[in-house]
Amino acid sequence: MKTIAKGWRRFWAAFRAVTGDDAYERYVAHHQTRHPESAPLDRGAFYALELDRRWKQVSRCC
Amino acid sequence: MMNHKLVRGALWAAIAIAGAAAMGGIALNRGESINALWFVVAAVCTYLIGYRFYSGWIAARVCRLDATRATPAERLDNGRDFMPTHRSIVFGHHFAAIAGAGPLVGPTLAAQFGYLPGTLWLLVGAVLAGCVQDMLVLFCSTRRDGRSLAHLARDELGKVGASAAMVGTLFIMVILMAVLALVVVKAMAHSAWSTATVFATIPIAVLVGIYLRMLRPGRVLEATAIGVALLLLAVAAGGWVDRDPALHAWFDLDAKTLAWFVIGYGFVAAILPVWLLLAPRDYLSTFVKLGVVFLLAIAICVLQPEIRMPALTRFVDGTGPIFTGKLFPFLFIMLACGAISGFHALVASGTTPKLITRETDVRMVGYGSMALESFVAIMALIAACVLDPGVYFAINTAAGIVGADPATATATITAWGFPVDAAQMQSLAQHMGETTLYGRTGGAPSLAVGMAHIFGSAFGDGLYAIWYHFAIMFEAIFILTVLDAGTRVGRFMMQDVLGAVWEPLGRTSWNPSAWASSILVVLGWGYFLYIGVIDPNGGINILWPLFGMANQMLAAIALAVVTAIFVKSGRLQHAWVPGAPLAWLVTVTSVGAWQKITSDDPRLGFFAAARDLADKLAAGLLPPERMAVAPKLIFNQQLDGWLTLFFLLVVWVIVADMLRGCLEHLSGRRPARSTETPYVATQLT
Repeated sequence: MKTIAKGWRRFWAAFRAVTGDDAYERYVAHHQTRHPESAPLDRGAFYALELDRRWKQVSRCC
Repeated sequence: MMNHKLVRGALWAAIAIAGAAAMGGIALNRGESINALWFVVAAVCTYLIGYRFYSGWIAARVCRLDATRATPAERLDNGRDFMPTHRSIVFGHHFAAIAGAGPLVGPTLAAQFGYLPGTLWLLVGAVLAGCVQDMLVLFCSTRRDGRSLAHLARDELGKVGASAAMVGTLFIMVILMAVLALVVVKAMAHSAWSTATVFATIPIAVLVGIYLRMLRPGRVLEATAIGVALLLLAVAAGGWVDRDPALHAWFDLDAKTLAWFVIGYGFVAAILPVWLLLAPRDYLSTFVKLGVVFLLAIAICVLQPEIRMPALTRFVDGTGPIFTGKLFPFLFIMLACGAISGFHALVASGTTPKLITRETDVRMVGYGSMALESFVAIMALIAACVLDPGVYFAINTAAGIVGADPATATATITAWGFPVDAAQMQSLAQHMGETTLYGRTGGAPSLAVGMAHIFGSAFGDGLYAIWYHFAIMFEAIFILTVLDAGTRVGRFMMQDVLGAVWEPLGRTSWNPSAWASSILVVLGWGYFLYIGVIDPNGGINILWPLFGMANQMLAAIALAVVTAIFVKSGRLQHAWVPGAPLAWLVTVTSVGAWQKITSDDPRLGFFAAARDLADKLAAGLLPPERMAVAPKLIFNQQLDGWLTLFFLLVVWVIVADMLRGCLEHLSGRRPARSTETPYVATQLT
């Protein structure tokens, strides 16, 4: 039972990472370790900035 | 220790024998039909062997991947685009980015040669060329701070090569968007169900976009779950629309009207903010795409459908009804993305290298995801080949070739040696919830029938129509994403070019410039789409070869850049690893382009087709409805001819530039200058 729960948690974390669902959390973690002196962007601002960056280049193929 | 080695050796020997046996079974089978599982076994074993040995050798000996070297993700980590990411997650991102409609459409069209040529090239091409290209471009970009292909070309080839690469890429994107738009339009034409479902995906995407931006920012999974549920509802709701006479009339549109809709949509989508339509549509399409690929793989393994297509058809002689041209070089041009795709080089030198944690991950991400992409193409080939060959040809051949009425069409196809009758086609169309399946060119309807055939046998006959329209929705949704995204990227490229002429045009945030360049890009692909729609021979016959050549030429450009890097960075003895696929691609595309330009056969040569039509027009041999469009078609054939010549010149300019640079380097006239970022030891443990 314990291994199933552990396996599920690992799968879920990987799934969130692949889909980009945890992008904001990863950004906050990064921000706190690298730039603790300033406050990170809020969720909405981060999302807007990310989209803008991603869709300025070729990110989808034929 | 010794024991362990022995077991591993035995395992790889078993994989090799199984792969060889499956391949032999496929190649030598002369029975009525062959089980699809043979293809899966041959493919998986080939990829495993290629990955284990060839990519392992390239990683260790050619690239000399170094796990102790800090990657751009580590050195330039900003928590956003540069970020060390676990390799299976980078693999997922990269695969989602490279997998598109190309490997689904190409194999479907190339099945006109029979199942064998397509299968062989998908496997051999992927293992020796496609996967190698993706891996090497990713490697070169990772060693150079994740720079783009255009940037690498500028550094390695000089100005001429780089400008040729940039202009070439822009044109290739225009052709790509036109042909994909044509696939969607052809799938929706006079199909109220498909049209209603595809249209419904737009408000669904907007709803998801608003949720992601306003209500719950960045909660991708929640929003996608809602969106996917709504998409499934839209597939079912399309059936209600189809059965309601009043609504049916609303959505029963001809191809020309739909083309205008798609052109208008492309423009609006390109200037709307990305969060509203593009980004949410992309989340949905990625989910649906990966879900379907996964389901299809399981279904093929569990249900093991029978392949009905013969190994080789008579059309290897170049007289094929779906596209004209002999096996060499057109098989390699038409299959395109499933074996090697130049577009991947743009992703492998874009988002992906910025996420690689350790240099050694390049092997799995670059080589591995292309192998998976090739497997998707094999599944598309299986889906096309499980159909009765007669049915396959009836769906994929344009009315201009076999005749518009069912009796003539079925008689012609039966006379080719692929028996089919009108009653069978009628009952199939009824099962799929369509009014007709004749002349539904573009590959999407035939793939949808194939998928419905595979899934339907597991879930019961009653669901055929649902599966069919689900498959159409699945293709349409990510083709529309490519249209949005491609128009936007095309716009930025265009602004880059225009900015060199007049500086304000280069400002991406200046609305008039953004609008003007978006209009230019949309008009570019819209023109080819429109001509493709009014062409009675189906349009795909013209556009897909153009796209295939363009895509293979982009791959040649990428491999030329890699070869130049190899020669200049002390890897001369291994320069054949990118050099051999490069030589092959240049040969294939040059021969193909040459035939398209100079052939006297009006079904093959662009200029010959223009002359033939002009003669018929002058002699008054055309029926009245074709008289009106003939001047446009003549102009278009000539334009396609010149465009092919332009592509050919671009490739040769780049190859010549690459060879000149390499010779200068080898003769010692130009000293070696490393473009690699200097070695920094990794701090990651």
